[in-house]
Amino acid sequence: MSYELDALTDATPRDDLPEFGSGDSVRVHARVVEGAKERVQVFEGVVIRQRRKGMASNFTVRKIASGVGVERTFPLHSPRLEKIEVVRRGKVRRKNLSYLRGRTGRAARIKERREPRPTA
Amino acid sequence: MTIEGLLGRKLGTLQVFDDQGRLRGATAIEAGPCWVTQLRTAEKDGYEAVQLGYGGKKRLTKPAAGHLAASGAPNLRHLAEFRPDADAALGDRIGVEIFEPGQLVDVTATSKGRGFQGGVRRHHFRGGPRTHGQSDRHRAPGSIGAGTTPGRVFKGTRMAGHMGARRSTVRNLEVLGRNEERGVIFVGGSVPGPAGGLVRVRRARAVSRARAAR
Repeated sequence: MSYELDALTDATPRDDLPEFGSGDSVRVHARVVEGAKERVQVFEGVVIRQRRKGMASNFTVRKIASGVGVERTFPLHSPRLEKIEVVRRGKVRRKNLSYLRGRTGRAARIKERREPRPTA
Repeated sequence: MTIEGLLGRKLGTLQVFDDQGRLRGATAIEAGPCWVTQLRTAEKDGYEAVQLGYGGKKRLTKPAAGHLAASGAPNLRHLAEFRPDADAALGDRIGVEIFEPGQLVDVTATSKGRGFQGGVRRHHFRGGPRTHGQSDRHRAPGSIGAGTTPGRVFKGTRMAGHMGARRSTVRNLEVLGRNEERGVIFVGGSVPGPAGGLVRVRRARAVSRARAAR
């Protein structure tokens, strides 16, 4: 797959966002427009999917809100994203964590990934 | 008024963010550059039109070369006529600048050929029951007419046959963006034909009043 067509647009990729991947817990600050007002909404959860397709890239965040699983997919390069904070790095063995959907509570835990301590 | 449209090439589909930050499905079209190769006049041809040419070609036939020499245009592969325009002069080069972002356009092209297709795919027939002892009736078209009266099948009855590879127009696509350097426009939605296929882009003809007021 090539992204030659993306290069023809005047769209700017969001290189200001931190790197993250499936299994990581993130806090997404997204601008939402309600009527005439615009405010920032925070959505915090686990990244369960990433699609890397140039400017069309997106990622899905899953959280449990009042007992109900909620997933939201954000376009990675959206100008509406205020910022993304990586809360926790998760250790997972696949990139699409759809298996989390059937699980709640203890079964839905993800081990934390710890970076090896830098040797001095 | 400038000329109503151009010939071009479909480059492919992509997604772009619009001015409100929403992601929109879009098609990239290389629109032009086109050259005015002939002006049809009422006296000579019986009608008025502007003939435009687009696309390169290494070798031309003698008749084609002679035709293009009259306007001083380079070797062109495709020719097409558009509605008359008083500003167009023989040999003019016209590019994407005639399309403004926000404007609506109609795009005409030859749709992708689908070959010989059955009624289910070609006309959305429902097919037959899948169970209850059916054999060979799963995708059959069903009845194609009555009995002795009228004793024939009406013309135009929908049946299996060749699908696609026909001229098709998609109207009122919004121009989402433009790259003047590369001569490319981005229109919202999809456009008939394969990537790389010849397309004809023109100002939208049937724009609703509400839309035109904006």
